[in-house]
Amino acid sequence: MTEFKVPELGENVASGDVAKVLVSVGDTVKKEQPVIELETDKATIEVPSSVSGVVKEIKVKKGDKVQVGAVIFTVDDGGAAGNGAGSAAGKAAAAPAAAPAEAKPEAKPEPKAEPKPEPKAEAKVVSMPPRPSTALGAGQPVETPAAPPATTPVAPAPSNLMPAAASPAVRRLAREIGVDINSVAGTGPAGRISQEDVKEHARRILSSVGSAGAPAAGGVAARASRPMPDFAKWGEVQREAWSNIRRVTSEHLSYSWNTVPHVTQFDKADVTALEELRKKFKDQVVKAGGNLTVTSMLVKVLATALQKFPQFNASIDPDRGEIIYKKYVNVGVAVDTDRGLLVPVIRDANRKNITQIAVELQQLAEKARDRKLTVEEMSGGSMSLSNLGGIGGTYFTPIVNWPEVAILGVSRGGTEPVWKDGQFVPRQTLPLSLSYDHRLIDGADAIRFLRWVVEAIEQPFLLSLIG
Amino acid sequence: MAQTTQIAVLGAGPGGYAAAFYAADLGMQVTLIDVEKNPGGVCLYRGCIPSKALLHVAKVVDEATHASKWGVTYGAPSIDVDKLRAYKQGVVDKLTAGVGSVAKLRKVNFVQGRATLTGPKSLTVKTAAGDEEIQFQHLILATGSSPTKIPSLALDSPRMMDSTSALELPDVPKSLLVVGGGYIGLELGTVYATLGSKVSVVEMTGGLLPGADRDLVQPLEKRLKTLFAAIMVNTKVVKVAEEKNGIRVTFEGDVAEKEQLFDRVLVSIGRRPNSKVPGLETTRVKVDAKGFIETDPQRRTAEPSIFAIGDVAGEPMLAHKASHEARVAVEAIAGHKAVFEPQAIPAVVFTDPEIAWCGLTEAQAKEQNVDVEVAKFPWGALSRAITVDRPEGLTKLVLEKSTGRVLGVGISGSGAGELIAEGVLAIEMGASAEDLKMVIHPHPTLSESVMESAEVFFGQSTHVYKPKKK
Repeated sequence: MTEFKVPELGENVASGDVAKVLVSVGDTVKKEQPVIELETDKATIEVPSSVSGVVKEIKVKKGDKVQVGAVIFTVDDGGAAGNGAGSAAGKAAAAPAAAPAEAKPEAKPEPKAEPKPEPKAEAKVVSMPPRPSTALGAGQPVETPAAPPATTPVAPAPSNLMPAAASPAVRRLAREIGVDINSVAGTGPAGRISQEDVKEHARRILSSVGSAGAPAAGGVAARASRPMPDFAKWGEVQREAWSNIRRVTSEHLSYSWNTVPHVTQFDKADVTALEELRKKFKDQVVKAGGNLTVTSMLVKVLATALQKFPQFNASIDPDRGEIIYKKYVNVGVAVDTDRGLLVPVIRDANRKNITQIAVELQQLAEKARDRKLTVEEMSGGSMSLSNLGGIGGTYFTPIVNWPEVAILGVSRGGTEPVWKDGQFVPRQTLPLSLSYDHRLIDGADAIRFLRWVVEAIEQPFLLSLIG
Repeated sequence: MAQTTQIAVLGAGPGGYAAAFYAADLGMQVTLIDVEKNPGGVCLYRGCIPSKALLHVAKVVDEATHASKWGVTYGAPSIDVDKLRAYKQGVVDKLTAGVGSVAKLRKVNFVQGRATLTGPKSLTVKTAAGDEEIQFQHLILATGSSPTKIPSLALDSPRMMDSTSALELPDVPKSLLVVGGGYIGLELGTVYATLGSKVSVVEMTGGLLPGADRDLVQPLEKRLKTLFAAIMVNTKVVKVAEEKNGIRVTFEGDVAEKEQLFDRVLVSIGRRPNSKVPGLETTRVKVDAKGFIETDPQRRTAEPSIFAIGDVAGEPMLAHKASHEARVAVEAIAGHKAVFEPQAIPAVVFTDPEIAWCGLTEAQAKEQNVDVEVAKFPWGALSRAITVDRPEGLTKLVLEKSTGRVLGVGISGSGAGELIAEGVLAIEMGASAEDLKMVIHPHPTLSESVMESAEVFFGQSTHVYKPKKK
């Protein structure tokens, strides 16, 4: 017996309403065969089966709200199954998940079936953010993935993909300049695609490639990836589909990397005093429902630094030749989840004390891992923080989370001899890496900013004053 | 001495001659090869055109008969078959000669004869003046299709007809069995029935015109039931045998009388691609299991110098699809990035009433699970249809539910074939029901039914009260 569960439905989609059940008990289902239609906030998604066999029991019906991970049906796959890898985890998830089908879903179903090591108390934080959400700050439209919206890539080829609504002349234009008409978002009524939409799409692709080494005129197609070698020649390989998050991350980071001239500045802060402070107030923060982590303290430091150095809380609008200064201070924190990187944003961090920040960060990190973060909660950052220290590393060069202009990377701290008052003393230090957009920020500004951060860390009593 | 040409086109039907003319217009040197004296192909010589000439006459006869209802009574028609045949032949001659002269004006080299391929870049044509060798850079195969023959209906008798011989109008038989309830059988059946034959139709599946939505077929079916002697569905012909007084036909299926005698039998069970081009094996061109030549979206075959268009290159086997493919293939040869990607190919059945549809049918939408809403406007509420006493028609739009985008259009009624063009345009332009409803249509015309069916989608049709259910 095998269970088929609601697969991941796409970014920020945690649940959906069952619009249609396309199979009945006794049906033989095959892999990739559409089995239910789910309505989510974003779209109606036809969910293909990942299992095959004879449907034994259907656990949902039309109108049910189902969470990612909930069991849709079980199939009899013939064998005396049940001891396959992962089925234990599946069972565990099945019990609570099956409940909401009939009963009122008041007890939150726990869809997670991750036999993962306990997530560390401190949100595991990693290098960079996937965040092309919608227009951060102001300025240019971020490239929203114009992929067919109706059917988020749950899995391959949904059967009812509408052909793009474009006239023959528009189709011809797209073909000639090498744009896939099905990837163009139409701005007309009923999603109709105009010639202007095609051109705009092409312009966006071109600008995301960056102007350096720009392909020759008309060369959107020229940007196509190079052919891959046949890896199988050298040994066994396995191909897996890119998850939605991976794809969005890839597009966003490529865009940032190609758009922002990066410089990374390193420094090291003495955190001995900060650590003492952290230990002292730890329990107090735990009582409040948070975790007093280095990350949450650094969020506060950054929030204050952003007020001191307004050009770090800015974005560049090259089309209009303007710099946009933000009057709010929102700090994004990169969170490592089992499905990739997410960057929730702590809003108005300058107006919150460290305890509040610690509590909020704890909640956001949990939401990130439970797939409950909304697009809103991941938008509008002023600057991002990426703490890899929980894992290790000395220094690294984080990628700026465009349209932000700076990011602070944190590596693993340690105890080292520091020359102080004529002798070596053991001090705890923390390596910091600041990447910034050299179009807006000069090296001198950057090191001034970073020195300010270091000093704020080294004199934590100042922190307690400000927060 | 071999001739050389940039493009050779084999077959001068509406695919082939359209390709030849367009290539000539683009400045290419073109040789067009066909067995007939003039370009035209099946469509002009033995298909669309002669059948429409005859159907026109049938319609006049029918209207004259019905006129008594309106207070005008003519006598029973007296039909001079020779004169009628000559009229039809005149239409064919006029059009084929016209196309021939247009070919000359364009300086297309027209070669009459049978061609045999001799390699990926050459062929020989057997002409009246001897063999002619032609070397080409590109070849477009437009060899068309022929009526399907099956062994159980193979009987060597002048009483047995296919669409070609039926269009020659040998006589008006007392009784005629039409085998196959597709568009060819129904069109020709209509002609013969109106001229005075007792026509029976036998169809293997459960209904006439398989593939068309049932609600569109229904008005036609109703009318044909009065025009035809019998419509036998779910019935198969298992045997035909010649007797002194006709053809004895044995049926199997839903029909009561299993053996019947007919003066003539018309076999119209479909068409088969003419892909057995002599010498095709000297090229890399591939033919699929159904006999169609395999092509890519540009209509290029597995042999890079050879393209295939029209009936021989795949369904639907329709003249207008062939001429569109012709332009795609020629543009591809000219180095443009053209591909064949129509959003809708209209299909028209020229019976009376006519049936026409394009894009997604209601049945396909259901099958493919597309979330659509179907908006219907019955012609009983259409003033123009009432004035000509033909209120049985129906216009319907298959619309994407969420956006109202037009995905399919189906029309049943007198003149549907002309009306469907607006539907094709709507689909190709990505128009929505809102667009159609906001376009002013002339009054009083049948075309208003397109606008009003769009209004039905919004529950706002002027002449049909059907509030939108919430």
